[in-house]
Amino acid sequence: MSDLLKFDLLQASKAIKNKEFSSVELTNAYIEAIENTSSLGAYLEIVKDHALNMAKISDKNISDGVSRPLEGLPIGVKDMFCTKGIKTTASSKILDNFYPTYESTVTQNLWDDGAVMLGKLSCDEFAMGSSNETAAKGNVKNPWLLCKEVSPGGSSGGSAAAVASRSALAATGTDTGGSIRQPAAFCGITGLKPTYGRCSRWGIVAFSSSLDQAGPLTRTVGDAALMLNSMAGYDNKDSTSANLKMPNLMDYLDKGVKGKKIGIPKEYTQDGISDDIVKFYDTSISWLKDAGAEIIPVSLPHSKYALPVYYIIAPAEASSNLARYDGVRYGVRKEGKNLDDMYELTRGNGFGEEVKRRIMIGTYVLSSGYYDAYYLKAQKVRRLIKQDFDNVFEKVDFILTPSTPTTAFALGEKLDPLTMYLNDIFTVPASLAGLPGISLPVGLDKSGLPIGMQLIAKAFDEVGLISTAQVLEKSAGFNFIADGAAK
Amino acid sequence: MNNTEKLKAGQIEGETGLWEMVIGLEIHAQISSKSKLFSGASATFGAEANSNVSLVDAAMPGMLPVINEYCVEQAVKTGLALNAQINNISVFDRKNYFYADLPQGYQISQFTKPIVGEGEVIIDSDDGNQTTIGIERLHLEQDAGKSLHDQHPTKSYIDLNRTGVALMEIVSKPDIRSPQEAGYFVKKIRSILRYVGSCDGNMEEGSLRADCNVSVRKSGEEFGTRCEIKNLNSIRFINQAIQAEAERQVEILESGGKINQETRLFDTSTGETRSMRSKEDAHDYRYFPDPDLLPLEFEDSWVNSLKASLPELPDTLRERLVADYAITPYDAAVLVEEKDYVEFYEKAALGRDGKLTANWMISELFGALKKENLTLLDSPVSPENLGELVMLITNGTISGKIAKDIFVDMMISKKRPLEIVKEKGLEQVSDDNEILKLVENVIADNQDKVKEFLSGKDKLFGFFVGQVMKVSQGKANPGIVNKLLKEHLK
Repeated sequence: MSDLLKFDLLQASKAIKNKEFSSVELTNAYIEAIENTSSLGAYLEIVKDHALNMAKISDKNISDGVSRPLEGLPIGVKDMFCTKGIKTTASSKILDNFYPTYESTVTQNLWDDGAVMLGKLSCDEFAMGSSNETAAKGNVKNPWLLCKEVSPGGSSGGSAAAVASRSALAATGTDTGGSIRQPAAFCGITGLKPTYGRCSRWGIVAFSSSLDQAGPLTRTVGDAALMLNSMAGYDNKDSTSANLKMPNLMDYLDKGVKGKKIGIPKEYTQDGISDDIVKFYDTSISWLKDAGAEIIPVSLPHSKYALPVYYIIAPAEASSNLARYDGVRYGVRKEGKNLDDMYELTRGNGFGEEVKRRIMIGTYVLSSGYYDAYYLKAQKVRRLIKQDFDNVFEKVDFILTPSTPTTAFALGEKLDPLTMYLNDIFTVPASLAGLPGISLPVGLDKSGLPIGMQLIAKAFDEVGLISTAQVLEKSAGFNFIADGAAK
Repeated sequence: MNNTEKLKAGQIEGETGLWEMVIGLEIHAQISSKSKLFSGASATFGAEANSNVSLVDAAMPGMLPVINEYCVEQAVKTGLALNAQINNISVFDRKNYFYADLPQGYQISQFTKPIVGEGEVIIDSDDGNQTTIGIERLHLEQDAGKSLHDQHPTKSYIDLNRTGVALMEIVSKPDIRSPQEAGYFVKKIRSILRYVGSCDGNMEEGSLRADCNVSVRKSGEEFGTRCEIKNLNSIRFINQAIQAEAERQVEILESGGKINQETRLFDTSTGETRSMRSKEDAHDYRYFPDPDLLPLEFEDSWVNSLKASLPELPDTLRERLVADYAITPYDAAVLVEEKDYVEFYEKAALGRDGKLTANWMISELFGALKKENLTLLDSPVSPENLGELVMLITNGTISGKIAKDIFVDMMISKKRPLEIVKEKGLEQVSDDNEILKLVENVIADNQDKVKEFLSGKDKLFGFFVGQVMKVSQGKANPGIVNKLLKEHLK
């Protein structure tokens, strides 16, 4: 393994600025690592020349003494972000020929801040999935327990696998019901879903507009803060973007958790959670306590409805959002006898099974005669779920839960969609409430797979989320490296 | 038996008796805005195909709509002008269906919570009657693109220039009872839109189109099943389509049939409506609130400021014209039809006889412009010159007859009437002595007629007036001619 891969984002940033090594050297190390780990299938698209050009500019900036916050740091981008001139497919066959003429706001923010683009990372098709198995180009392997062929989680499976395998210094992800936090947990890295509205959705392929939110996948909590600092910000091109100034998260690192109140929801310690995770949940609670936090039992009574609510709202929005992939203006068209025939062939061939399933569920729940019973009711329950969080956050500052009920499962293991959906049981409630959440690795289970813990904060309290997560991170001292990481 | 002439408008004489029409209109008015409802692309009419298309309009992946504030303002102003309730919170919904010229696969519209609620407008019919028609709602929505099916033997072409252009859909209550009333309603709405400035009302360019819901019933009965005739783009077609559709329905009902609720198209070549799709084939639009857009919310103070910025609207303007210029309500109604008319009129009538000015404008000027195929804006006769002409008549400088000749000259030369009068020496002669000479000559030259007149043929008086006017080249003051003839024909 190249020595340069040992540096995490914050360390590499410092080292580059101190001219310990150049961005070109670092970028080359990552390009080599990508080749090295290509069997994982994390990358859909590698833009070597583009990356080196950006790295050269960064090196010039550094020698000119005008470096930007992410100057010269090579990162990967989930294929849900539209990248100008670089193929963007959302891991779907239907967009297999799509080269955007525009750059998403979030990725543009990153490039403006000096980050170097390595390539596009695999994900579940249109971010619909929790295993990365619905990607048109096939599975991504979790770099942990490589011989066992374990899922990296999803939908940001490629992003998580790339960061865990050290073939990207950091990566962008999107989270709709857990798509950043669950793969981060499965791959032993940090994943942060910001408050809904923190990051602009402009230029991100839409799955479920009221839930989608971009965020970073990184090696450390501090790295996540550095990434989010650049990614977030008000964007007048997204009407749901929050017109709030993002505090500089770097000013709030390592603030500790003394006197803070941590809520432990009684509903989240239910059957179906693996023993190892329960054990680390308890340990995490005591770490926070030891660091001076006050632990308070709380109740989120409507959280038990979160999954059914999510699987009505997300498919409903998706069924409408994905209507634009009709073969008329862009994407892969299958000619037909007439317009309807063309639609059926294009969409029938272009979309995978899971996407079709969700389009059908969504179409059904929005149909006249069913709308009130499903969509409208789901929206009402969504408000109750949010209300639960509002109530709890009057008493506590943060909520701690496991990120997932189990550690990573084997590829091909979860064939039944319902079982698969259950994997998001801890991440979905915060998504429905629009709250920021972070997953960070706290240990390994008996088989050697990472365990993630999730912290949830009040809306727009990313500052508190980061410093609390850092306390947990420090206590856990998770310094294992995946066996499938770049060598 | 044909007693069509005795029927009132909107009535149909059937085998079983008299039927009446029940009509409701949905008017789609394109907002006069530089850019589209949710994108910055230009909304100009007539550009090269697909040249006014933004990434948002083409529904590229990840593109998001952002509301155009100007369009919201126009909708609220229009709502205020329709005396309608303004909803301080309204919601955009997605109306989902697939079509090649609908890039998003949904139209952003307003379904359950429109920006404007119930209101009313007063319509004026040609006979001077006024009727109040209820407004159900006004909502904002995007227009779709255009499919061109006749450009290629096997392909359809799509033009997305119109995609996303802002429309206001104004829905009337089913208060309209005849094709004529439907026409007056459209005219009134168009007039209000033009006063507000929210829509140019240009039906030829498609800025104003109407869908007509038509049903028939026997007087006093419940509403019948309605059919919707889509996309009518002239008042003439609205009239024809409603009449044809109502007659079709009466025929079906009288032969024992049932009306199917359906969407129909009006075929302008045959003058008939034909089925487009039945209720069973109707789309399930799967409306739901657009999660990309926040609800529209505004403060009362903002609405009030828009209210204060509204121009004087046709109804109040009409009352004012009647009061200020002593013109008939009918003339006032004609003058307020267009903002340009009133502006012209008020300039022309400044310090002049209001009634005479209105007459001249409506009968002479409008007639002459129509003949020349000109709009009022292109009028060769300026308002000031028309006013001057009226002044020359009222102060006795010229006679009404000479005025007509001068007017013809003004239409061609664009000259001031006073200038024409001077150039051609057309001042009215009101000098008794001068006219007396003419009267004496005419009497001397027509002794035989004088005898006839004196022997009782009173009608010949007009002949003498005519002769005097003729020899004066129309310049003699007719009043004085009359007076002197009476004195001397003895």
